Amino acid sequence: MTTSLKKVVIVDYKMGNVASVKKAFEKLGARVKISSTKNDIGSAQYIVLPGVGAFGEGISNLKKLGLIDILSKSVLKKRVPFLGICIGMQLLADTGYEFGKHDGLGWIKGETIKLKSTNLPHIGWNNIKTKSNKLFSDLPDNNFYFVHSYFLKPADKSIVTSTCNYDQVFSSSIQKDNIFATQFHPEKSQLAGLKVLDNFLSYTHAKN
Amino acid sequence: MLYNGMHIVKTIKFGEMRTLGNPVQFAKVYDSRNVDELVFIDLAATEENRKSDLETVRKLMLECFMPVTIGGGIKNIQDITNLLKIGADKVCINTAAIENPGFITEAAKKFGSQCIVISIDAKKIGKDHYVFKNRGRTNIGKVALDWAKEIEQLGAGEIFLTSIDQDGTMGGYDLKLVKEVASAVKIPVIACGGAGKVQDIIDVVKIGKAHAASLASMFHYSGHTANSIKERMDKAGIAVRIL
Repeated sequence: MTTSLKKVVIVDYKMGNVASVKKAFEKLGARVKISSTKNDIGSAQYIVLPGVGAFGEGISNLKKLGLIDILSKSVLKKRVPFLGICIGMQLLADTGYEFGKHDGLGWIKGETIKLKSTNLPHIGWNNIKTKSNKLFSDLPDNNFYFVHSYFLKPADKSIVTSTCNYDQVFSSSIQKDNIFATQFHPEKSQLAGLKVLDNFLSYTHAKN
Repeated sequence: MLYNGMHIVKTIKFGEMRTLGNPVQFAKVYDSRNVDELVFIDLAATEENRKSDLETVRKLMLECFMPVTIGGGIKNIQDITNLLKIGADKVCINTAAIENPGFITEAAKKFGSQCIVISIDAKKIGKDHYVFKNRGRTNIGKVALDWAKEIEQLGAGEIFLTSIDQDGTMGGYDLKLVKEVASAVKIPVIACGGAGKVQDIIDVVKIGKAHAASLASMFHYSGHTANSIKERMDKAGIAVRIL
């Protein structure tokens, strides 16, 4: 593995599912800390924002914990590699529409909107169509696990790195500089998922 | 996987529990066989007034790199938080949803609908299927498909539908029940109870319109694996994940 001794901080903002993400990164040999402190986030080598939950609750928890400034500073200014998973991808948008209209982090221009598919939530394994991207090099298969009703629709389509078709084609992952995000759950996607996380850990930003 | 607080068990028609073994070892085997999802239910938690056995769930989660749904004894938001914190993806709620339907909405708002699975245990009485609580002992007086619609309205993300009559019989799913419920709601319905052969699973998807099929006895007792079953489903024209 290329990833030994990489230090990953998983942001704990009371939105669940942190243990699975931790376990997956540990399986890859990374050192993982689950934390909601500014110190840890400020000194992280890699930052992961996971999540199971609703948009409004997610953003309000980040606010309550006072983490938005430090996250923005680390990710946008210091360019620390960042991975948002599921709700952690959706929160990057300017605005989200789950249970009312809410402001998001606004790191990615766009909106988090509801899928138009007949059966929601979209729960299950789906193939994604990938573009050539760091995150997807040497995948054993393209099969990933999804659990969601909403997705991030970025204004700039060129940042979309994969799409998935569930009655409707939607962006299943994006990359903008050091910001990676997946709508699917790599930590729940067996071997292909672990490969995505491993690829994330081998990303280093050219200029720090 | 059904759990009684100590062991993995299997029931027949919700009756006597047959002990099968250690939950962590079961989880390890099913993960290595690439099952699409694991559902772990502590079926005695509510009646024994226990909370989820977090230590056991935590240990079995270490073996799982696939989605896991945990149920049994969930009564409030804190119970759900505790389970998600140790790695559960979804929680499965039965009694608390029946006794306080508002809890479904509260939980869905807090964690998102996709996280909240409501299980329905149904039994045929006359022409209709009625919803039961207390592990099949108490008829709540509601028809399964009405309760399913109500659950959907309240914000649940999935329905885990078990036929008490077919449970553990390996005699096939209750296709009528599954079709009735799956056609009445838009949220996914996972059919449980009765799978004994591959054709039963094909039938519950094609005829019953289930979005997913849950199996226990077939995996526990027969030589079938998720992959061997899904190869047959693929040949029958059902979209499945094959590795």
